Amino acid sequence: MTAATIVALATGRPPAAIAVIRISGPDALAAAAALMSSPLPPPRRLSLRLLSDPADGTALDSAMVAVFPGPATATGENVAELHLHGGGAVISGVLAALLAQPGMRLAEPGEFSRRAFASGRLDLAQVEGLADLIAAETATQRQQALALTGGVLSRTAEAWREHCLGILAEAEAGLDFAEDESDVAERLDEAARLQLQALVVEIEALISDSARATRIRDGLTIAVTGPPNAGKSSIVNALAMRDAAIVTPVPGTTRDPIEVPIDLGGVAAMLVDTAGLRDTDDIVEAEGIRRARVRAADADLVMHIVDTSPTTLPDDGILVVNKADLGSIAPHGAFHLSATRGDGVADLRRYLVEWARSATRPGEPALLAHARHREAFSAAAAALSDAANCDDAVLRAESLRQAADAFGRIAGRIGVDDVLDRIFSRFCIGK
Amino acid sequence: MSNYDVLVVGAGHAGCEAAAAAARMGARVALLTLDATDPGTLSCNPAVGGIGKGHLVCELDALGGIMGRVTDRARLQSRVLNRSKGPAVHGPRAQVDRRRYRTAMAEILGRQPSLSIVIAAARSLILTDSGVVGVATSIGEIRATTTILTTGTFLGGVMHLGDKRQSGGRSGAASSSLGDALRSLGLPVSRLKTGTPARLDGRTIDWARLEWQHGDRERPQLGSYEASRTPFLPCAVTRTNPRTHRIIKDNLEKSALYGGHIDSVGPRYCPSIEDKIVRFGDRDSHQVFLEPEGYDDVTVYPNGLSTSLPADVQAAFIATITGLERTRILQPGYAIEYDHVDPRALAPTLAVSALPGLFLAGQINGTTGYEEAAAQGLVAGANAAAQALGKAPLIIDRATAYIGVMIDDLTTQGVSEPYRMFTSRAEYRLRLRTDNAGDRLTPAGIAAGLVGAAQADRFHQDAADRVAVRELLERLTASPSRVAAAGIDTRQDGIIRSAFDWLRFPAVDREIAMRVWPELSSIAADHWTSLVVDSNYARYLERQDHDVANFRRDEALPIVPDIDYRRVPGLSHEMADRLGAANPPTLGAAGRVPGITPAALVALLPFTRKAA
Repeated sequence: MTAATIVALATGRPPAAIAVIRISGPDALAAAAALMSSPLPPPRRLSLRLLSDPADGTALDSAMVAVFPGPATATGENVAELHLHGGGAVISGVLAALLAQPGMRLAEPGEFSRRAFASGRLDLAQVEGLADLIAAETATQRQQALALTGGVLSRTAEAWREHCLGILAEAEAGLDFAEDESDVAERLDEAARLQLQALVVEIEALISDSARATRIRDGLTIAVTGPPNAGKSSIVNALAMRDAAIVTPVPGTTRDPIEVPIDLGGVAAMLVDTAGLRDTDDIVEAEGIRRARVRAADADLVMHIVDTSPTTLPDDGILVVNKADLGSIAPHGAFHLSATRGDGVADLRRYLVEWARSATRPGEPALLAHARHREAFSAAAAALSDAANCDDAVLRAESLRQAADAFGRIAGRIGVDDVLDRIFSRFCIGK
Repeated sequence: MSNYDVLVVGAGHAGCEAAAAAARMGARVALLTLDATDPGTLSCNPAVGGIGKGHLVCELDALGGIMGRVTDRARLQSRVLNRSKGPAVHGPRAQVDRRRYRTAMAEILGRQPSLSIVIAAARSLILTDSGVVGVATSIGEIRATTTILTTGTFLGGVMHLGDKRQSGGRSGAASSSLGDALRSLGLPVSRLKTGTPARLDGRTIDWARLEWQHGDRERPQLGSYEASRTPFLPCAVTRTNPRTHRIIKDNLEKSALYGGHIDSVGPRYCPSIEDKIVRFGDRDSHQVFLEPEGYDDVTVYPNGLSTSLPADVQAAFIATITGLERTRILQPGYAIEYDHVDPRALAPTLAVSALPGLFLAGQINGTTGYEEAAAQGLVAGANAAAQALGKAPLIIDRATAYIGVMIDDLTTQGVSEPYRMFTSRAEYRLRLRTDNAGDRLTPAGIAAGLVGAAQADRFHQDAADRVAVRELLERLTASPSRVAAAGIDTRQDGIIRSAFDWLRFPAVDREIAMRVWPELSSIAADHWTSLVVDSNYARYLERQDHDVANFRRDEALPIVPDIDYRRVPGLSHEMADRLGAANPPTLGAAGRVPGITPAALVALLPFTRKAA
């Protein structure tokens, strides 16, 4: 059996300035060559070629073409890339001509990455990092994803696994060779116990940092709450610098929470504009208010918006007093602004950027953003701590073995189809 | 037409166990050997069992094997190694009387119906288009539906004593040229080495200056302990010293090992004394166990002094050891090199994949040790008989027994040094214990026809008793205060636990438990021991259940036969070569081939099919 050669559009939805079609597999180079009258460009050099349909000779596009012979490629196979003009008709014409070539089919979602994994070009944590990298919207997310793709997490796990296996080997020697040499036995001494405990502390630090990692990966959530018509949506729009939420003078306009992504100095955040909090007989609005309260409870920060002149600050979150232009008065410690005129919005934004920075500490990549990784490290820490506190040599060895297995799961030493499908299904086609 | 169903070549531990197993299954068996006194010969130390090895013997017992029964009749003393370290790694071991061992083996084989011992030298394999159909011998052709080679160290055996070399498979026995036949058939054959120490005259040892090592008083865990009316003999312990080491260092180049006469690989974990002194130069002393070879035998086996130094050097360094100053050497130690086949050429039935009708067991597969050989013998014997009689094969997996661990290791990993059983090789060690070998294996043994009616009845009765006892323990409960009332200082956490859970607490011993729950007085001591172990390990065993389920799931994905790894997309040449050499039967086994990455397994997924 030979693998099919796969093809897919690697860039976003047309129309766009440029569209890249990617081909990977044994017939990739032949398929690309079939569309050109002149020979393929030399490997790894982007060159201009006229593409035409080999079936009837009709011209398709004037494109930049690069070919990468395997195995030193992203997928480990022969790869060709066609950089086209990004019109829908061009793309569909080129795809159709390619699919008419022998051994070609459209790629399934995640199939390029799956092939990269299958050829050993990427390990599992690297693949997950790649998926994150593609989805990354901010600089900090990109750093974190690059660290994963670069294998930092896998290397950390592998180093800890090696360490663990070293201690395990000592423990096993005490079990299997006790009778051969009288002094081999009982070698798991105080030093090894201390090593184990130190390892547990290190892992727990990594795990406790994982909330931050999740915040970087998924973004921060800021719930915007307050009484109806205080100007929540106006403030959201002012911060997002676009009209994302509908603003009317009618109280109760916002029903479903509206999520507006913003970039706070390189940190992704989501402003959640919620229904104004008031007693209402409107069933739809009441449900909106219930959801608003839930979102506020889950949020990393709650922004209370009022247009009156309160004298105290809320227990949690920050207080924003809107409608400064209409004569509202703000207590010390609150933000005072006018969403419609823009006064004071820059101060609020500066504060939010500072807050986002301290909540995520960009520049320090946090690695444990994935539940799968967190689970594996928690299991390893629990097993190591069992091992450190166990007096039975056999059970101690068993715990060490479990810890080593847990570390192994990070880079993908696992039952074959357990996690793979779940991970690869996260990829969009063509990546 | 075949004269026999199964022909076994070689009557060492593998051969005897193979012949007996095949005969128990109803096959007509010929056991070919060079000398009528060969069966049951202990070529090296006079002991059976040990750490890991004891598990193998108990598993043989559970499958109706003969090693434990023979050991019972030859026992000089028994001892559980690792007793302080937890029941999963207990290593039951017996010192045995060399002559009685041989006599008992001859007797048991002699009583086995449909088993004939044939005295002849094997010369070559008889090959037809359908595979191996027997062996050409010094007394003519012997034909059989299946043939098992258990040639031990006799395959191209060369003994080394200093710079002297002599062809032979054991001191005083000739070697076999069958290895050339195997090579010419294209099987991957290479060389390994092992060694044995000098034998001493016990009448010339100054025992009064040595420390005795007595056996256990308890009932032995090894063998069925059918009858023992003889007294137990102790061993003694002495040590090497700097003077011993000096002599060995000064004469290193005269040893066959270090003088360049041997270049094959020996076992790291059963090193010769010269190896120990070179590799562990910082130690100035090594233990030596002086083991008696029998009741009416003056020979003493100095365990720990295996060597290939010339005889005069052996005499000189032995004389430096406390108690051995005036000892007479009956026979010098020697090293031996022999042929073995790369066991990756074998299926899990121990059949040679490329040569239908041929099975291999024992040292020929790169193992060392009587127990390892016997365990493979039983598996090869059962499968050779199954094939000849048209029955289902006997395949034992890693989650079931040490036997399964060993065969899987051999057939997927191959060997780079003589393979010895260790408990650390078994990832499911907590469940593979000597006390539950019957539960793990006897049902399969009964189904295969390996286990006789009497043993099967005993097993069923015993299993029913144990289930009943376990249920009783799960049903009975007690609060901490009630346990405290029985005189135990326990944490008053208010948790009501089952009697089974309480067994985990070291303070709750049998006597206390019976005070709390008088119903327990009927439980037999054996069952009690097993239950305490189960209770202790319960939490870990539950966690392992998940691993075992994963393991079995991947084992249930057979790789399509005749797969050409070179043509599997996404598999590098390196992976393809490794997989091609090991020829793993399942996806699970492929994952255990050294160096195989998870990515390679993903590439193999399309080449598996769900087992029916």
